[in-house]
Amino acid sequence: MRKSYNVGQPNETEVLHGIDLVLQRGDFCAVMGPSGSGKSTLLNLIGLLDHPTSGTIAIGGVETTTLDDATLTRLRGRSIGFVFQHHHLLTAFTALENVMMPMLGDREFTDAAMTERAAALIDTVGLTPFRDRLVGQLSGGQEQRVAVARALAMKPALLLADEPTGNLDTTSADAVFDLLRKVNSDEGATILFVTHNPLLAARCDHTIDVVDGQIVTRGTQVSTAEAGTAGAQTH
Amino acid sequence: MAAEGAPAAVLPFARWLPFEWIVAIRFLREGRVQTAFIIGGVAIGVAVIVFMSALITGLQSSLIERVLTGIPHIQLTPQRDIVRALRHNTPGTREGAVMQAPLQKLKGIDQWQSVMAQVGAMPEVAVASPGVSGSAVVVRGDVSRVIALTGMIPDLYFRVVALPDKIVKGSARLDGTDILIGTELAADLGIGVGDKLNVTGNGGAVTTLTVTGIFDLGNKFVNERSTFMALRTAQTLTALPGGVTSIDVTVQDVYAAEVIAQRIMNSANVEADSWITTNKQFFTAISAQTISMNAIRFFVGLSVAFGIASVLVVSVVQKSREIGILRAMGISRGQVLRIFLLQGGLLGLGGALAGSVLGYAGLTTWMRLTRAVDGSSLFTLELTLGLFGWTLLLATITGLVAAVVPALRAARLDPVVAINA
Repeated sequence: MRKSYNVGQPNETEVLHGIDLVLQRGDFCAVMGPSGSGKSTLLNLIGLLDHPTSGTIAIGGVETTTLDDATLTRLRGRSIGFVFQHHHLLTAFTALENVMMPMLGDREFTDAAMTERAAALIDTVGLTPFRDRLVGQLSGGQEQRVAVARALAMKPALLLADEPTGNLDTTSADAVFDLLRKVNSDEGATILFVTHNPLLAARCDHTIDVVDGQIVTRGTQVSTAEAGTAGAQTH
Repeated sequence: MAAEGAPAAVLPFARWLPFEWIVAIRFLREGRVQTAFIIGGVAIGVAVIVFMSALITGLQSSLIERVLTGIPHIQLTPQRDIVRALRHNTPGTREGAVMQAPLQKLKGIDQWQSVMAQVGAMPEVAVASPGVSGSAVVVRGDVSRVIALTGMIPDLYFRVVALPDKIVKGSARLDGTDILIGTELAADLGIGVGDKLNVTGNGGAVTTLTVTGIFDLGNKFVNERSTFMALRTAQTLTALPGGVTSIDVTVQDVYAAEVIAQRIMNSANVEADSWITTNKQFFTAISAQTISMNAIRFFVGLSVAFGIASVLVVSVVQKSREIGILRAMGISRGQVLRIFLLQGGLLGLGGALAGSVLGYAGLTTWMRLTRAVDGSSLFTLELTLGLFGWTLLLATITGLVAAVVPALRAARLDPVVAINA
């Protein structure tokens, strides 16, 4: 898979050069690399927020590069969860309502089911006493935990975390990471975790180094998926 | 940082509302100062439209009512005599003729009874009243005055011109020897109710009539000249036995009078003049006023639309990250579009509700403050549910339309760009 910007123009820039990556279901993978190496671009492509210039992306065996925007949006909403460096919660809503938001937009859930699932996720992240607080009334670490809970609302097969601990103190960062670890082990979600923190990276199952738009693996080799295996594949 | 202690005082998550409504209302509520300002702006615009529409429409209705107080909506008269040149129709020859317009003698409408029946059968016509008009001279002592006499059937005529409402002395009773005169004529002749007048018609007949009532039609010239009497009396004075010189018609829709008059002319052997034709300048002034009012409404509406659009454009920029996150979590472009369209519609509706209340309050205050010396109201207001209903509907639609461009911008935002904004 390749990604270029300003295609066909004099200032065309290739950001990702021939990425070939397979993630297995249940993988907890750290992504490291210097700033500007293409980590976020890789995450945006895997998260179906952007389109590759060439190559394919398959999520759970579904080839996505030929899908229209509406289908991609639906697939993204049901299969992929996002946690960003800044929590990006909706400030007009409470913690519980933010966790309910993906289910509310999907229209497939009853009110009772949404409330029950959201309450359970809030409880999982340890924020039940704060569920009815507006986002602005929570601490940074609490906001990030709500963001993790929201990312899990639709039981995604894949969770993409782009430096979720970047703005947190050590204690909060550890708490968020432990939460992701718990989600990975309890729910079996595949997690791609972008970080600059080598200590946190060392606690992941695998590490991928992205340097100058290419993947350079380190330590444990990333396996190649067999046909039909769940997870994410990029070629 | 966490604010420990009291939980957030937020409204219940009205989950019976669709997703787009929930988000739209919350976004508006979150920027409550901004929302209040734009609703205030819309309210002022709507209040101006409500105030102006009610005032001008009421004024126009009042003016038209006053104009139509003493005249029928349509008057049918005999066709004019015309002169035609004799032609030999010899090829190659041209005839030169000097034609003089003929004098229009007093004459009756041919077969007026069948014309009455034909016109009365038209569904747009409310009343048709036959009449005789002519000139005469009244004498009292050594004072004489030229008058215009109108002979009519009171039961019909009073449904066309509400003359009884204009009686200031006496009554509107009209038997064969009765006459109604205007205030100015009564003052000129120095007579009152019960006094007698010698009337000499243009046909030469002389008769003595008793003044049973004195009227005021609000026009000095009319009050000096016009008189009313029974149809038979006028027929005698004008030497037009059994005939009528006019048929006065009242129609259901005064603004359609000209169209109806044309139809009558096309189907009957009469001239038909509507009040619109006979009061061309007045009607032109009314039309110009209506056009001006509509132009003001349009431009006020346009400024309201631009106000809403500009606020929503800013809102899209402010909410870029949230839009990006919504798109990332699976919210479609269509849902984002509807969120912003709804905000526009709600701003229009909210402003219209506030503006309607403001406009109504302004109007009632205006009515209270602007009174004539005798305490009566100077203006007639037309305050109908329809006015407020249409205003609410148009303001909501204006808000929706104004929101289209910002909503499209929001829906087309690249989620990656938006999230990193």
